[in-house]
Parts: sequence; C-alpha cells; structure tokens
Amino acid sequence: MSATAVPGAGAGAGAGPPAGAGAGVGAGAGAGSRTGAGSAGRGTRTPSARGGSAHTGRWTASGMLLPFGVFYVVFLLGPLVYTAVAGFFNGSLVKGGLGDWVGTANYAQALGSDEFWSSLGHTLWFTVLTTVPLILVALALALMTDRFSRGKWFFRLAFFAPFMLPSSVISLLFMWIYADEIGLAQGVAKALGADAPPSWLGDPDWAMISIAAATVWWTVGFNFVIYLAALQEIPREVHEAAAIDGAGPWQRLRLVVVPMLGRATTLVAVLQLVASLKVFDQIYMMTGGGPDDATRPSLLYVYQTGFTDGRAGYASTVALLLFVIILLISLVWFALIRHTEKEA
Amino acid sequence: MVRVQGRRRFLGAVGSLAATGALSGCGSVVGQALTGADGPSSLLNFWHPFTGGDGEQLVRMQSTYRRRHPATDLKSTTMVWGAPYYTKLTLATLGHRPPQVAIAHISRLPTLAASGLLRPVSRSEMDEHGLNAGHFEPAALRRARHEGEVYALPLDTHPFVLYYRTDVAEKAGLLDGEGRLTDVDGPEKFLDALRAAKEATGVWGGSVATVKDPAMCWRLWWTLYRQLGADLVRDGGRTVVMDVGAAEEALAYIRRLTAERLVPPNADGNGGAITLLTAGKAGFLMDGEWQLLAVQGALKGKFDMRTFPRIFHDAPYACAADSHAFVLPKAPSAEAQRTGRALDFVRAMLDASYDWTKGGHIPAWRPTARSAAYRRLEPQAHYADAADGAAYDPAAWYAGADSNLYRRFGDVVASVLGGHTRPGPGAARMRAAVTELARTEAPV
Repeated sequence: MSATAVPGAGAGAGAGPPAGAGAGVGAGAGAGSRTGAGSAGRGTRTPSARGGSAHTGRWTASGMLLPFGVFYVVFLLGPLVYTAVAGFFNGSLVKGGLGDWVGTANYAQALGSDEFWSSLGHTLWFTVLTTVPLILVALALALMTDRFSRGKWFFRLAFFAPFMLPSSVISLLFMWIYADEIGLAQGVAKALGADAPPSWLGDPDWAMISIAAATVWWTVGFNFVIYLAALQEIPREVHEAAAIDGAGPWQRLRLVVVPMLGRATTLVAVLQLVASLKVFDQIYMMTGGGPDDATRPSLLYVYQTGFTDGRAGYASTVALLLFVIILLISLVWFALIRHTEKEA
Repeated sequence: MVRVQGRRRFLGAVGSLAATGALSGCGSVVGQALTGADGPSSLLNFWHPFTGGDGEQLVRMQSTYRRRHPATDLKSTTMVWGAPYYTKLTLATLGHRPPQVAIAHISRLPTLAASGLLRPVSRSEMDEHGLNAGHFEPAALRRARHEGEVYALPLDTHPFVLYYRTDVAEKAGLLDGEGRLTDVDGPEKFLDALRAAKEATGVWGGSVATVKDPAMCWRLWWTLYRQLGADLVRDGGRTVVMDVGAAEEALAYIRRLTAERLVPPNADGNGGAITLLTAGKAGFLMDGEWQLLAVQGALKGKFDMRTFPRIFHDAPYACAADSHAFVLPKAPSAEAQRTGRALDFVRAMLDASYDWTKGGHIPAWRPTARSAAYRRLEPQAHYADAADGAAYDPAAWYAGADSNLYRRFGDVVASVLGGHTRPGPGAARMRAAVTELARTEAPV
C-alpha cells in the first residue's frame, strides 16, 4: 500500500482518522478497522452511504493484501536482497555477520569451480529426465482416464495419491525398492533375465535415472489432474463434429484434443521445469548427492558449501547465481512455449 | 449474525488460549528458545546426537544422574547425527541460546574452538570438579586442546575395528586353540583370512559399507594410509603434506578387496554391510565399534571383535578413530553459562561411563578404562588397546566428522572399490581435492 493513498482515502470518506490509523498499524488491524469505522460513526454516517462503502472497499483490498505483502517482503524479497549482498562478503556460518568485503572473488571462484558447473549439469540432466516424461506420462494417463465413464474417481485417486506423500516417505520407499541384494528393483531385473542388475543408487551411471524414475512416479499426479481437468473442458460437440467430418481417433487426438490442451501444457511445462530445477529433498535423502557426486544438484552444492563447510558468503553467491539461472531458463522456456502455442 | 458472532467469540477464545499457552511456555525449552531467557538456574540443557544403541545407554546414564541430582533439572535433547547437528549447535550459540553442555566430535573441535563458539575449561575448574587431566586418555585429551587450552572433555574413543563370526572363522580354520582369531596382520595374511572365510560362507569373505557411506570409506583408507606412516595436512589444514605414493598404495590394497571378489563393492551404509555379516554371507565386517549392539542383537555369542589388522608395518599401529566429548558452548552471561552445574554433570557422566562402554565405545575416562569390570567386559576388552593407535582426522576446518573431506575422499575410495577409478588417478584426485580445500579461505 502506498503512502499517498492514505490521506486521499481518508479525505474522501470524511471520517478518516480512525480507519486510516487502524489500517496503518499492520496486518491484523487492517481487517479490524472496518468494524471500527462502522461503530465509531456515532450516527453521522449510515452504513448505506456511498462514500463509506467505496472507502471500505478500497481498504478491504489493500488490507487483505497487506498480510501477504508483509510476508512477501520479510520472507522473500528481504532474504533475496540479503543473499545478493552477502555474496560480496566472505561471511561464515560459525561467526555470524556479513564478514569482510571480498568484491567479486566469490563469483570468480564459483564460475571457475568444476563443482559448480558439474552440479548445475546434474540439475539440468535431472530436469530433462523428469520434465519430458512427467508431461507425456501425465497426458497419457489423463487421456486414458478420461475414457472411463465409470470408476473414473478410482483412477483419479490412484494416479494422484503418490503426489500427496511427503518427500521423506517416497525417498524411504524407493531406497527400499532400489536397495542392493534385497531390493524389489533388482529382483524384478533378475526375473526379467538380467544376470547382474546394476546397483540402482550405487552406480554413478544409474543413480540419477533411478531418482528421476522415482520422482516421475511421485509427482506425475499433479500434472495428470491438470490435464484431466482440461480434457473435461473440451466440449463433447467438438469431438462429435470432428468425428462427423471423418477424423479418425488418432487424428482427433492429434489435431483436436492436443491443440485444445495448449494452455494446460503451458502451465504444466513451466511449473514442472521450475520444480525440477529446484530438486533437493529426494536426492538429499536417497543418495546424499553420491555416488561420487554423480547426483549432486546445484541446491545440494549450495547446502554443502553453506552448512557443511560453513561458508555462508560463498554459498550466497552460488544461490544467487542459481536463482538467476533458473529465472533465465524459465523466461526463455515460457517465451518458447507461448510462441509455439500461438503458432498452433 | 448470531452465528458470525459465535464464530468470532470462538476464534477469540482460541486466540487467547493460544496466547496464554505461549506465555506460560516461556519457562519451557521452546519458550526459552524464543525469548532467549536464561531459564531458572537449576535448568541444564544438554544436546547430543545419540540415537539407537548409544541413545539407550545414555538414557540409562541420565536417569541415574537425575535420581542422584534432584536439584538439577536436566533437559536432554536428542538430534540426528551429522553435519546438521553442528549447524544447529553453531547457530544456537551464535544466537545466544546455546545449551549449557553438548556433545561434539573431537575431530570437529578445530572449527568449533577456533571460531570462538566454545568456552574453554581452565585447569582450576577441571581440578575443582575432579576432572584432572591425568584421568583422561592422553591421546584424546591432546586433541581436546586448542592453542593450549582445553575445550572438550572426552567421553570415549571410538575406533574402526574388525568384527568376525566365530562360527565362520572356525569353519575356515582361522581360530587358535583358545578360540581367538589367528594372526591376520599383514597385507597377504588378511586377504588369506578373507579368502578362507569366503570359502566357508560360500558368498563373501568380508564386508564394509561403501554405498552412501563416505565416512566408512574414509575410515578404511585413513587407517591404511596412517599405517603407511603418511600424513595429510599441517598448519591447521593450510599446508598439504600428502604422500601421493602412500595414498595410491592404500587405494591399491582397497581395490584388491573387491578385485579378488573377497568383499562386495556395493554394500550400503544403512545396514547392508552388517546384514551380510549377521546373515552369514560374510565372515568379517570392517566397521566402527558402535555397531556392537546391532551385531550383538543378531548374533548373540557367535561373533567376536578385534582391533583392525595391522596391514602395513611402516609406522606405529594406527586405526581411524574419533572421540565424543563434552563441550560448553559459549553463553552470553555467566548465569546462562552455569559452568559449575555443567561440569558437575560431565563428571557424573564420566563416572557412569562403564554404562557407555556397553554400546561399544572405549572409555576415555581412565578410572573406567582401568576398572576390573571393564577389563572383563567382552568383547569390548578385545579391542580396548585400539585407543593407543587412534588416528584422529587431520586438524583442519574442512576435516572431521561428516565433513567435506570425508565426502571428497570417501567418494574416491568408493569409486576405486567399485572399479570405476584406478588407484593412481584416485590418489591424484585426492591430492587435487585436498589442495583445493587447503587453498579455500577458511570460514574460521
């Protein structure tokens, strides 16, 4: 809420002072000021007065936004600015404070560090491994579920249920499934004829793929629900018209249904990309970034430098770099998808 | 309208209840953490990372303490062990809300003490509470000092040791007349013993946790490397004195364990390696003595333990080890510090450390270590002399329990064990890693 709005609103209502003061105090007072103004009217103002309702309406909107605004500034913008500033200092977790000014030394070290680039590579690899199947599998599941006229609720629940599990639960589940010697995954691979199935989480070549597979199972439900809702919005008449015009099932899907899901695809693709770039929980719990750092994503690198090594300043630099990279990738991705959507 | 008012009244009632709860909570640990108050002088906050078997022993020791010291309100907080534990301890101390006493690994002391987070214990304070320097295991107490002052009071020494199944060893002909393991010291002798055990089990000779357990990989490598007489860093970690040849020799020996199919390359740290032993699929287990209760629970009397074999003879006997120690995080005031009460507690715990040895640890408190009861305790007494060869982690900010060095070196060891990296390039990677860490500006 801007400072200039306060006197303007107060003058317009005529009974400004109590309401203006109330809204200025803070989040809780914003809602309270409405009743305060009404009861403090002392009969000079009826509830039906036009000026009054415009006045309260104006304050209602800002008052309702205020709690979130405060939250946003304190917990998002504030830390972001602090991170940006701390990145130019050599702050230490074990000492507190910002530390000494080091200029761009942290940036030079991060950009020249193999660990920074390799972890960024792992993050991107994970993103590719998850985003593509998470869109395609979700679409396929939604298309299949949409065909059921009875028992649709069951499939909707079954595919969405894993998404409701906390990351710790799916990590534990899949650590058991992927366990060496005793795990289900090795047992199945042996039953399918593999003589020596790989150590799913212990082999550097397989660990990321294993984690990505677990993630797909875990989070596909969210995209699935979005697609299912979008499918249900396609009017029946469109299908019928296409069928009458002689389009076969495959043509109907490719030329009618998929283009009509464009908006859902944009939403799913952008949300999924950002979610995958921020991967941390399941990797931290399942492999801790190993074996041999083969699954360490950028966020884990930030965590390790910040909390294991206690180098808060350097970790801030890496965190900010990661923030900028994710922002750029998301913007490019968003523009790309919007562009193709318009063409289609 | 009535309903709305009823709801408002209800919400108001809930709100005021919550507020009352928060206010009365000021005396509680949570309330104290929020307000930063000292709390009553009888309150003693104690933080430790002991769960599982260790946790059980500690609970017993604490309940004895509470019975004998009713005037002290001991609040014991258990946290999950690992790097996050030290983060919590550090941030609580920086935020002026430290516990009065906490457990730390002595290998973490270089960072904790140098950054001014701990309060040193003076000689007179030690003597006043009967904590004379002579009562502590000298090797452990040496590591408890930083720039001449004592910052930690060691509770134990916990080395990397060797477990073996007596039934497998007997079948393999590895036991002498008294039922003790025959000589397994020396590079070939140990491999021969593993080979014989492999024939007896029909699966593996021995096991060691290598997947998702860089700490265990580090301990195996550090033991062999120190037995070769080599050192890693000096000068608080700023100077690298690594012997790349010795590192390669140690890695080459480690590779032989898996290349000769005596040890599986993929036993995981979440119990996989132990399960191989308890299920009879391996005759030996290379692990920390803290797994004693887990192994004991599964195998009862069918196993024994000894110090990790002396593979190389180039230096005095060495085995990777660390110590749990009591530290006093620096409090903002003497009233909050409560040094006297904290040291009384430490003394009581050390006096009760016979209970602690049941979890496998070697007591650092000599009155316990020298007691007849401990010397008779089996199998603990069979590896008690490992404390003499305790090879602590190098003193550097990037080293110590669950540190960056563990991860960097442990990853190389696991990669060599799995056959993904050859010992030569592995040693070169280790050197590159430690050089990079030594060059990095220290956070302390």
